[in-house]
Amino acid sequence: MKDRSIHILNFVGLGFFEPAIRLAAGEETKKNLIALFKKVLLPVLAVGLFLILWHAGSSYLYNVEKDFKIETARIASGNSGVTTELERIETGESSINSLPSPVAVLGAFKTLLADHKEINLKKEAFALKVAPLNEKNLEFNRVNADKIKEGIAAKKKPIKYTGRPSFVDQIFTSLKTVFAGFFLALFLAVPIGVVLGLSSTLRSSFNWLIQIFKPVSPVVWFLLVYMIVKTFTLEYDGDVSFIISFIAVGLCAMWATLVNTTLGVSTVDKDYINVAKVLNLGVGQKVFKIILPSSFPLIFTGLRITVSVAWMVLIAIELLSQSPGLGTFVWEEFQNGANDSNAKIIAAMFVIGGIGFLLDKLMFTVQKFVTFTEEATT
Amino acid sequence: MAYIELRNVSKSFGTGKDRTQVLSNINLEIEEGEFVAIVGFTGSGKTTLINLISGLLMPDEGQVLFKGERVTGPSHERGVIFQNYSLLPWLNVRNNVGMAVKEAFRKMSKKDRNKRVEDYVEMVNLSPAIGKLPKELSGGMRQRVSVTRALSMSPDMILMDEPLSALDALTRGNLQQEILNIWNKDKKTALLITNDVDEGILMADRIIPLKPGPKATLGPEYKVNLARPRDKAALNHNEDYKLLRNGIMEYLIQIGEQRASKKDSNHVLPDIKPIVKIPPFRRISFN
Repeated sequence: MKDRSIHILNFVGLGFFEPAIRLAAGEETKKNLIALFKKVLLPVLAVGLFLILWHAGSSYLYNVEKDFKIETARIASGNSGVTTELERIETGESSINSLPSPVAVLGAFKTLLADHKEINLKKEAFALKVAPLNEKNLEFNRVNADKIKEGIAAKKKPIKYTGRPSFVDQIFTSLKTVFAGFFLALFLAVPIGVVLGLSSTLRSSFNWLIQIFKPVSPVVWFLLVYMIVKTFTLEYDGDVSFIISFIAVGLCAMWATLVNTTLGVSTVDKDYINVAKVLNLGVGQKVFKIILPSSFPLIFTGLRITVSVAWMVLIAIELLSQSPGLGTFVWEEFQNGANDSNAKIIAAMFVIGGIGFLLDKLMFTVQKFVTFTEEATT
Repeated sequence: MAYIELRNVSKSFGTGKDRTQVLSNINLEIEEGEFVAIVGFTGSGKTTLINLISGLLMPDEGQVLFKGERVTGPSHERGVIFQNYSLLPWLNVRNNVGMAVKEAFRKMSKKDRNKRVEDYVEMVNLSPAIGKLPKELSGGMRQRVSVTRALSMSPDMILMDEPLSALDALTRGNLQQEILNIWNKDKKTALLITNDVDEGILMADRIIPLKPGPKATLGPEYKVNLARPRDKAALNHNEDYKLLRNGIMEYLIQIGEQRASKKDSNHVLPDIKPIVKIPPFRRISFN
């Protein structure tokens, strides 16, 4: 049980729990205490130090702004101005928008979750309210199916909730976009990479194009995709911003996978190629049984980079495309400029970072599942 | 007509100034059912020679003929056992062997193919490990799988490129015997490349030393007229064996010294003496 859980933890890259489990089982106390100190205590201390520095920095910045406001008020209307200004700051009427403190960020995070609950309640109420209407619409569609087909009657759509999305909704929208973009990158980059890796002629033909497109910035990709998709979706009334943002994310992020796949396929161990030749393997067998498996480690390294890049550029692209995700959230909060806007932005930053970390761990685990190790790793 | 024949075969690697001729003017004939061993130093072009015969490499000059026809590429008819096993690390024993069987017997039903794989794995006593990955096997077991893979395609000829040189002495002895036992069953034509004279004498009908490269050529051949089956322990007291072994060893040492003196002549050594108290000793190594 113990060894099994340690094995699983190491497998998913959470190996730092290992000494704690071993310690709980009473194994080699001294060695595991040192390991626990190194792997858990020191990181916790580092986080604590960071929080202290952050808190000190934010209160310093706050005071600088506060002093400036009071000074301005004193110059404008003397001591009475100072008192009113202090009161206004106290009540939040005159807001000080500098770096928020850790406590403020935690508060903002709680506000966001409470807001999510509230919006969920609204959604439920809305769903209850429109349920009979939606049913009626469905009934209408069923009865008039022939007319709709002939184009006489218009098909009635179910009524959807169109209110403001909550923070949690936006996280899921972002995840949807990033996964759509990731799979686009996967299905574009891996096959192209394999083909390019197999043929040195094609590789040198497309080398220049790849080198040029690889460093293009996410913003430019977004504009490029926008130019093209706009024309194709003139008559489409669905979520165009989602289409644009996921395509842009995919195109931005696919290069690491493309280059790694090409490299992996073109540098398969010569021994394995000799085996394929000696066994007279056909092309399909050679690709699927030898070339792909042996380049899996490199392909997955590429895919891991792709996921991180996709998540990183997603925020910028959503910000531009107004697709309702975390990027839009951050930008709207910045434009909003309310008292707790900055705190919400920082809260979103940590959520973004945390999700990025989890995505990487997810890919890491998948990678371990599908790739081989040449030697036993005991 | 010889089963396999090499006529004035030469092979070079590199271009321009860096071009070196590895093999030069190789002539070799192997009859059907014959077991030939080629003994040589490391780096003398042994692997190049076997790659030429298997079809992985093409000669620059001369011809490689198999059953009277030119070799134009690898074929199932010539099974190769590689020095470093070359098992696919992502496939287990069954699939490593199965892949070869599948390609060699395309028309065979899946059930028969599986049966064949299992029979051949059984032959090298690896049935308990049939579901294991190469990384879970010892060096000797891996080489057994490699042998099985080559034999399961039922080739007309077996090419072995230093198959046992990466193994420890004990495993090596066991596997030599195992390969001999398998070979004894249908006496297929076999070519063994090795750096171990004893191994050559134990296994082969004929031993040909390969003079070290660059421009390696084959030396004079030595017939092994010892009765089969040969017992390794008994051989040590056999006069014919001793005579033959010494003959080959002397020849190899002689060409080895030629090579060493040729190399040394290019260097000017400083006129200093080492301050070592231990008497220097000479070691003859072919590895």
